[in-house]
Amino acid sequence: MPSWPEQTKYISHVTTRIDAPEKVTGRAHYSSDIQANGWLYGTILRSKWPAATISAINLDKALKIPGIKAAITAKDLPQNVRFYGEEIAAVCGTTKQACLDALRAIEVTAQPRQFVVHEDDAMKDGAPQVWDGRPNAAPGRPREQGSVDQAFPECAAVIEGFYTTAVQLHHPMETHGSTVSWTDEGLTAWASTQAISAARDGFAGPLKLDHSQVRVITDFMGGGFGAKLNGSVEGVLAARLSKEAKAPVRLMLTRFDEALAVGNRPSSFQKIKIGALTDGTLHAFELDNYGTPGIAGGDVNLPQPYIYRVPNTRVKQTNVAINAGASRAFRAPPHPPASYAMESAMDDLAVKLGMDPLEFRLKNDASEVRQREYKIGAEKIGWKEKYQKPGSSPGVVKTGIGCAGAAWGGGGPSRNTRGDAQINPDGSIEFRLGVQDIGTGTKTVIAVVAAEMLGLKPEQITVKVGDTNFPPGPGSGGSTTCASISPTVFDICAKALEQLQTQAGIADARGDNWFAACKKLGVTPLLVHGQWQQGDSARPLSSSPAYGVQFAEVAVDTETGQVTVKKVVGVHDCGLIVDALTLESQINGGIIMGMGYALYEERVMDDLSGVVLNPNFETYKLSGIGDVPEIELTLLNMPERGVIGIGEPATIPTAGAIANAVANAIGVRVYSLPITPAKVLAALGKVPKPVTA
Amino acid sequence: MKKPEPENFGAFSRRTFLKSIGTVAATAATAQVRSVAAELEKVNAEKVVGPDAVPVTLTVNGEKLKLMLEPRVTLLDALRNYSSVTGPKEGCDRAACGACTVLMDDLPVYSCQKLAIEAQDSEITTIEGLAKDGKLSPVQQAFWDKDALQCGYCTPGFIMSVTALLKFNPRPTADEVRHACAGNLCRCGTHPHIIQAALQASGAQVTSKTEVINA
Repeated sequence: MPSWPEQTKYISHVTTRIDAPEKVTGRAHYSSDIQANGWLYGTILRSKWPAATISAINLDKALKIPGIKAAITAKDLPQNVRFYGEEIAAVCGTTKQACLDALRAIEVTAQPRQFVVHEDDAMKDGAPQVWDGRPNAAPGRPREQGSVDQAFPECAAVIEGFYTTAVQLHHPMETHGSTVSWTDEGLTAWASTQAISAARDGFAGPLKLDHSQVRVITDFMGGGFGAKLNGSVEGVLAARLSKEAKAPVRLMLTRFDEALAVGNRPSSFQKIKIGALTDGTLHAFELDNYGTPGIAGGDVNLPQPYIYRVPNTRVKQTNVAINAGASRAFRAPPHPPASYAMESAMDDLAVKLGMDPLEFRLKNDASEVRQREYKIGAEKIGWKEKYQKPGSSPGVVKTGIGCAGAAWGGGGPSRNTRGDAQINPDGSIEFRLGVQDIGTGTKTVIAVVAAEMLGLKPEQITVKVGDTNFPPGPGSGGSTTCASISPTVFDICAKALEQLQTQAGIADARGDNWFAACKKLGVTPLLVHGQWQQGDSARPLSSSPAYGVQFAEVAVDTETGQVTVKKVVGVHDCGLIVDALTLESQINGGIIMGMGYALYEERVMDDLSGVVLNPNFETYKLSGIGDVPEIELTLLNMPERGVIGIGEPATIPTAGAIANAVANAIGVRVYSLPITPAKVLAALGKVPKPVTA
Repeated sequence: MKKPEPENFGAFSRRTFLKSIGTVAATAATAQVRSVAAELEKVNAEKVVGPDAVPVTLTVNGEKLKLMLEPRVTLLDALRNYSSVTGPKEGCDRAACGACTVLMDDLPVYSCQKLAIEAQDSEITTIEGLAKDGKLSPVQQAFWDKDALQCGYCTPGFIMSVTALLKFNPRPTADEVRHACAGNLCRCGTHPHIIQAALQASGAQVTSKTEVINA
């Protein structure tokens, strides 16, 4: 059975990104850059009501504005809107300015309804119902093993805490949207999507087109983080405008739109009770959690007690609907809130037991991989020297350290992944895979694997992805892309070498023989088709899961409440590393996004108006370059596991590690993400508790 | 362009506002407001443009771009929507993300916050104008070498900010790089590599602390 070569020239080494030249020169054309012949600008009118019945929409005045070519309603009337920012109508025209004027000219008749935008309010008796005839709170079936009621009295130490996390917005730098051309011949969409196949179906379904009539192209896309896996309302609106105006329409969301309507990570409100025996063995765990995905979505059910095995466990979780945009998958759903709360509770319990939190983890974590990672990380951050009794750091600016662990069951392959390579008589070779590069380095991974297998250089490999005309591959979600395409390219290369042997009569067409072998093809290029392969069961070509641990060191100013992350140490098992450079970038990115979740990011809703109060970057704070700490990574290369995905596990443990470092520094727990200065000062008793969601 | 009446636009007029803040202050303020209004009127009288499209000439990467634009069109929209210069990206359209950063006479500016008509007297450099004769600039090359990009959407903005920094400060410290890029956002979290790239472009030696352990 096939397996990865033991000695490698490119795999597990450093290869610079093959599409970087386009990206550093502006030649990379994203969906928002497409200037199809005669293109029109498109834009969406959104509800200014968090809940209303729209009975009439008059588009006449909008259509009379010079330059406006089409105006449509989003849905049949009457339309029930359920959140501020829901799509009502759309226009397209020759200029952005004309479209903005047209949005103002649309007359909407609406009957506002009662709304509710906070979880606690939504669960009260008599709260306005987001969906008619359905209670906002939908409790899941409680999960219980062992006997919690019997177990807690047996514990030597028990803590209780109410750990909460805010709604986080994806905010990829390129907003959602596409340029769409819909003619009698069919529909072509240059879409900013993480899943070209799903995007194609997302056009075909609502527009009642055959899948074969829809082509989705994504040459370059500016990030998604889970929010661009779905078919899209905005894409369908762009298509309808295109048909009506008989011209291609570019409809990219504004940053405001992006904050309202295209996904988020649900909140969580986790009441945790956890206990351990005298020797520090976890014995009982109870969770009562609720959270909101907005009007719909998912991921509210957290995998608690996360990475720990607790013999007596009771978990109750409630999904709470509010009048806000629906949640979508968000990098490692729903692990980060689970990791944050569980790891915080672990530290709080360790303190109560009088145990070192790292020792407490090593005692209770069954994963051998993480055991090893904790030991490496502890060494790197200097745990023994730096860990001190919580709150014992002297002075006004107090330092502390903390750690947390992760597990990601995904990261494995999509077994239906396919691909082609065309080998030309001049030795040039082009790979075509119906996947997309969302910034993770997918194109580079294909080039690295192909170069390794064929004895060529990565720059000799031409890679084409992001087109539904290519053989199908998975959406870029669940950290599956790398583990799907690497074995597929492996298979294509193995078959190419076989066929070259047959056709060219050269036993080994690799490396120095490559061009001579290709020349023997004559005038007809060789087209090779391959698909994902399992490989040797003992040394598979790809597998899952992934683990990983992180340590954080922080400084907390006890006068201002400001938290500064000084250093993060990440130790991640990466299976067979394909490209160490792009891997490092991705893990850095996971940590930095996790830091934003810990300290800065929160969608704020207004009770009275039902609007999102911070729908742009000056008020919704992302980690900036000045906030980014020193990051020190240790990457475990484990070729025997084959290729696994790492994009998601890298962001899971960061918030927990930072939260624990803050608690270690100031000696009290901040129970709520993001850990803002106001919450730190409140935890220290210096200011009243801030009014929050 | 029909100008709003300076004394009475909307129900809450300037006059009622001034009345409400008291006589003494109002006297002083009114005098000031009147002189400012007179000043504005003079300027506007000289140079009334719009609201319809007017000819605008931009100098972009050394080439003249002759466009017909409504005066309210921003430099960013002029480049992206009225010409093929799509390197500068729109991330927020309100001076918060820096993806639209271009150089105006060597200074980095948010092109979403400049009207195109205001930019006519400046030399504008975009990401497309940095490579000379097909050779990447040192900053572009360093971004490639250090993998200072992931999805690449913020990359043009960061490269322009770093390019501007190195023009004025050829050997910056890491903190100076952070300061120069404080107005640029990156959601992929590529910042550590951006700092490395900027330092490498300045000629400094840069080493990664990442350790790969063969397990």
